[in-house]
Amino acid sequence: MSIPMRMVQMGLLGVFGLLALYMAANARDTAFAVHAWIFFAAAVLGLFWMARQTSYDGVRKQGVGDDEYMMDVVKAGVIAAVFWAVVGFAMGVYVASELAWPFLNWDTSNTNFGRLRPVHTTAVIFAFGGNALIATSFYVVQRTNRTRLAFGNLAWFVFWGYQLFIVLAATGYVLGATQGREYAEPEWYVDIWLAIVWVAYFLVFFGTIVKRKVKHIYVANWFYLSFIITVAMLHIGNNLAVPVSFFGSKSYSLLSGAPDAITQWWYGHNAVGFFLTAAFLGMMYYFIPKQADRPVYSYRLSIIHFWALTFIYIWAGPHHLHYTALPDWVQTLGMVMSVILWMPSWGGMINGLMTLSGAWDKLRTDPILRMLVISVAFYGMSTFEGPMMSIKSVNALSHYTDWTVGHVHSGALGWVGMISMGAVYYLVPRLWGRERLYSYTLVSWHFWLATLGIVLYAASMWVSGIMQGLMWREYDDQGFLVYSFVETVEAMHPYYVIRALGGTFFLVGGLLMAYNVWQTIRGRVRAGEAALVEARA
Amino acid sequence: MKHDKIERSATLLLVLSFLVVTVGGLVEIIPLFWLNNTIERVKGVRPYTPLELAGRNIYIREGCYLCHSQMIRPFRDEVERYGHYSLAAESMYDHPFQWGSKRTGPDLARVGGKYSDQWHVQHLIDPRAVVPESVMPGYPFLAKTELKFDDIADHLKALRIVGVPYDDDMIRNAKADLIAQASGEDTEGLIKRYGKARWGSATEVKARDFGRDGPQKITEMDALVAYMQMLGTLVDFKTFDTTNVENLR
Repeated sequence: MSIPMRMVQMGLLGVFGLLALYMAANARDTAFAVHAWIFFAAAVLGLFWMARQTSYDGVRKQGVGDDEYMMDVVKAGVIAAVFWAVVGFAMGVYVASELAWPFLNWDTSNTNFGRLRPVHTTAVIFAFGGNALIATSFYVVQRTNRTRLAFGNLAWFVFWGYQLFIVLAATGYVLGATQGREYAEPEWYVDIWLAIVWVAYFLVFFGTIVKRKVKHIYVANWFYLSFIITVAMLHIGNNLAVPVSFFGSKSYSLLSGAPDAITQWWYGHNAVGFFLTAAFLGMMYYFIPKQADRPVYSYRLSIIHFWALTFIYIWAGPHHLHYTALPDWVQTLGMVMSVILWMPSWGGMINGLMTLSGAWDKLRTDPILRMLVISVAFYGMSTFEGPMMSIKSVNALSHYTDWTVGHVHSGALGWVGMISMGAVYYLVPRLWGRERLYSYTLVSWHFWLATLGIVLYAASMWVSGIMQGLMWREYDDQGFLVYSFVETVEAMHPYYVIRALGGTFFLVGGLLMAYNVWQTIRGRVRAGEAALVEARA
Repeated sequence: MKHDKIERSATLLLVLSFLVVTVGGLVEIIPLFWLNNTIERVKGVRPYTPLELAGRNIYIREGCYLCHSQMIRPFRDEVERYGHYSLAAESMYDHPFQWGSKRTGPDLARVGGKYSDQWHVQHLIDPRAVVPESVMPGYPFLAKTELKFDDIADHLKALRIVGVPYDDDMIRNAKADLIAQASGEDTEGLIKRYGKARWGSATEVKARDFGRDGPQKITEMDALVAYMQMLGTLVDFKTFDTTNVENLR
């Protein structure tokens, strides 16, 4: 990078820092003031870092050609993903425990369930999932297009800008700054920040594809690209709002009532569809063939299910609003499309699983592959369960209950979690140039803890959800409702305890992963395992 | 094979992927703004008073919507448990909507008037003192925190921009109306602006010391309870004909 270019970047950062100071000086509420100072601190840190780099930058970076991949940012992304995974899982266990033992809310404004639950969902979906996606997409796009990431250090802006977004979002919730829209809670200025970061992400990813050294764009990149542009569309569409003041955190959404509800779930369901599904399918299309050492099962199937999935997913949002005040035709249309969605979803599952044709025996010896494959199995289960729950008469029972929560977690822990963790185990030795992971035994432990955790979680939520749904609608032979609401709450207690236990299993698995990754980066191999591996080979 | 073309052109892939994902939203969302039957025409729905609005913002801030829905579905058990099923019109001034997606606690769409102010205050301070099996967090800090409402007129102005029919009179008197409603004193102006006579609501605007902490002290508890006590009380369902084709959607 040239020195003038670096000066321009530092100038921009300086202006941004001054703007942050101006925001802090005029702030009308605590959350906004805290956030302005966080913006300012980020600008100052960025300036320091760039100033340190400038002197020897030209020399150090000399000779970096297009053939040399930019892997440092991928490394950072992997570490961030592991870090946020542990944070997100721990928050999950905590909020689950709040429901089982409500004294854990401590009755303060910063620790009650309503404020901490978005911290959990954001940490898991956007921090853990998002970092895993940014890291793997940057890795995959370079490897499959045989070229370095585009636009110099813009990838680093994406990485740090995204971490800043996460910190702003999480601190905002704890301080009470929220839009009150599920999975889109951050307030207007945080949304603007994310939009800027996301455009940069798009430029880096798409720019890398444009300057590729191969003719074909590999299928994993289709999914990542589709995820990036769709999330941009959804994020902007769902966050249109008018701030009360340019120096305050509160804003009011542009839309209201029914149109607002459908817009939110157009966003919400496709945060699932594109953030948590399409993008992770991109991950699947790279890491499963690599780890299994087999080509993708069907090229034709990947084309069909890519276009079908991206087209149909967008229509499925209204199934979150069955029997509400949303017009009936939208609900029915959403239901029909949700059921159809089952097919392209399973197209992806079949393509992933069948890639193991001729390599199934590897499941016995390779715990990483086992993790990747069970993630696809969970994907198959969730994408069957989802269309089933979107049928109106099933939804009449399942909606508003824990069944939905269980469904989300079999997808999020089973599919998103497992495939990301498999990808992390694949990447770490390669990125840091280690011969192997610190321990495969620990990967096995992680695998079983996580699987058992999901089973406990999903099963307890099925029981509690269906039970609660049935209790709500139970009549006695005199025609009176049998249960008061609070009796259903009481009945759910044991299942909330089991759920918290399942989450704890999953968290312990995550901690084992963090330890394993840390030791691998340090270049260690667990005592006794080296010999074991050689003997097996 | 034809698909080969797309795989070789980044731009083509980009454009087609984008087109494909726009269709669903265009078909399902855009018509709602033009179709007359998205929202029923019923009498009584009015914009929130400044105090109710402040209470609603506390409801959003504390994430109440994560455990409480405000959307009664048209099922026998729900109608018996919570009251008449929710109409789209009832949330037409809700920026954002708070229909919710989970009932860890009961639906609140028509909680207004079901319990006394005293019950709400007790329950919010220590839920298990009133309902022993409850898993709800306690919110004792609401009763201790004075409501910040110096900028309440700005809130009304922002809402006017997004389409809520607050007029100049309402904006000018926002602060006075808030104080009047929380204290129950000098309420003529408040009732003139938000009352039954103007909006045809089923119930009159309630003005009293909601938080039970003295009429001069305006806390977040006052605002939240004021909001809870008006939820679902605006439409007169004695005059709402559910069988009228006009009201089917």
